[in-house]
Amino acid sequence: MRKAIVAIALLMAGHDMGWAKPVYPKDPLGSPMWEADARTLFGDDPVRFDDRVHVIFPEIAENQRVFPVAVDARGIAGVERIVLFADLNPIPVAVDYRPIAAEPYLATRIKLDQRTPVRGAVQLADGSWLVSGGWIDAAGGGCSAPPVSRVKGDWAQHLGEMRGEALAGKDGARLRVTFRHPMDTGLVEHIATYYIETVSVKDSGGKLLGDMNIWASVSEDPAFTILPAAHVGETLTIDARDTNGRDYGGRIKVSPQSSRKLVLGQ
Amino acid sequence: MILSRRSLLSGGAAGLLCASIAHAAEYRIEPVPIADGLWLVRGAEEPIQYANGGAIANIAIIATPVGTVLCDCGPSVRYARQLKATAERLTGKPVMRVYVTHLHPDHGLGIAAFDPAIVAALPSTITDIARDGSAYSDAMYRMLNDWMRGTELAVPGRRIEKDREDFGGRSLKLLALAGHSAADLALLDEQSGILIGGDLLFHNRAPSTPTADLGRWRESLKTLEALPHKGAIPGHGPYDPAGTEAVSQTRDWIDWLEAALADAVTSGLDMVEAGNMPIPPRFAGLAAARYELQRSVAHFYPGLEEKLLPRIDGGF
Repeated sequence: MRKAIVAIALLMAGHDMGWAKPVYPKDPLGSPMWEADARTLFGDDPVRFDDRVHVIFPEIAENQRVFPVAVDARGIAGVERIVLFADLNPIPVAVDYRPIAAEPYLATRIKLDQRTPVRGAVQLADGSWLVSGGWIDAAGGGCSAPPVSRVKGDWAQHLGEMRGEALAGKDGARLRVTFRHPMDTGLVEHIATYYIETVSVKDSGGKLLGDMNIWASVSEDPAFTILPAAHVGETLTIDARDTNGRDYGGRIKVSPQSSRKLVLGQ
Repeated sequence: MILSRRSLLSGGAAGLLCASIAHAAEYRIEPVPIADGLWLVRGAEEPIQYANGGAIANIAIIATPVGTVLCDCGPSVRYARQLKATAERLTGKPVMRVYVTHLHPDHGLGIAAFDPAIVAALPSTITDIARDGSAYSDAMYRMLNDWMRGTELAVPGRRIEKDREDFGGRSLKLLALAGHSAADLALLDEQSGILIGGDLLFHNRAPSTPTADLGRWRESLKTLEALPHKGAIPGHGPYDPAGTEAVSQTRDWIDWLEAALADAVTSGLDMVEAGNMPIPPRFAGLAAARYELQRSVAHFYPGLEEKLLPRIDGGF
């Protein structure tokens, strides 16, 4: 028995040498998927863990189909990309966001299929990645149960309805957008994969402020909060496309924050 | 002591492990007298978690001339069996009626320990337990594992269709209300004047809202306020001897919650930020306030966005 284990270890070592596997820093969360996810997402890029990437979520996953997460990297200069992922989800990556003319901040809701690390990774101009996150306990089934609108049967009547608001604060605007979409994972019997896969935001002049690729691990009826560089009176255009090639579009005029009661801090 | 997998697999360590599990699964059931022939068994002021075995709801025990009455019976069959033994020792009479105040598992999964014919609930509660009970049971097994052993899903066998039940001269007024859930039972022990509010009343503990209709809840609180009573036993938190504080605290929280969540949506907050918003200092004495706020955000936020955010795709 012992001999066999040694032989397997040697074989694996040989395998490693053959692939010249990049070395990632030790995962503070001790996730069984860290190496595999890091290899897929970061490849040969330098990676380090950095607490300035704030991955914020509630203390309890009250609804494993709709788990709110925010990634706030405003304390880091030069962020070009924000990737939100959950190691142990069958579809680990939820959002890959490029804040082109926007603060490095993203809030959305994802599905959880079990207890898992939820992480944010931000990429800087030099290609390096800064990663942070935490564990959240969750009941199963976030990705493998049918969406509520499929059970109710009214998803098609509301497909593509968009709601939102843009409020200008002192450093840019706060844009919130929601879509009605089943965001089918393909993991439910007899329901094929069907989800919104791209979302982009442009200013009045057609300049791209931010865009994202999203996957079916984003919750049904997806919602996003981002902070684009836009001022009061400007009209933002939000475009999205789903995996059936269906396009969605919405327009929002930016209102003054002062019209609202709460003062938004960090 | 470090247990390797190998030593765990050997008999000695496995026996030791079983012994420690059996020890952990003893609930502490300590009835506190509230009035003549009325006791309160306090639930832990915590979320449902392994350490408390899910015993977070308050239970009332009432001694009547003809038998013992229980209001709610805990999260598991193990709890309910211990409760039954404790209550019968206390009163000297067998349990003849178990009321289930509403569908939530911390109050009613223990009914599996009783003959369904003596377990009474409002008709909608029975329908809801039949529909949602197995999902609640799954969730409780996941969180509490061995505490739940042997807890089969049971459905109350008696529909409450009258507003009073008499037990050899000690009668209970039964109020069919709603708001914390689709059907909430409150009881008034007419002999002592003590109100047993179920989860319509939270005291020094933030109210939970997974199945709440805040408007109906407010109406029910009005009814309870208007009902002449002395003290009040809340579903969670300490006994309220004045009988008014649990009502006003519960109303204060749900009023604040409703307005604060609507404000958060129209102010551009996402769910994460809404769950982390400041909680007013007057709620500092409520246990589990942040936890329940974050749960409530999960319960209400998408619906509020649907209602409060304007359409931007040209539709209505």
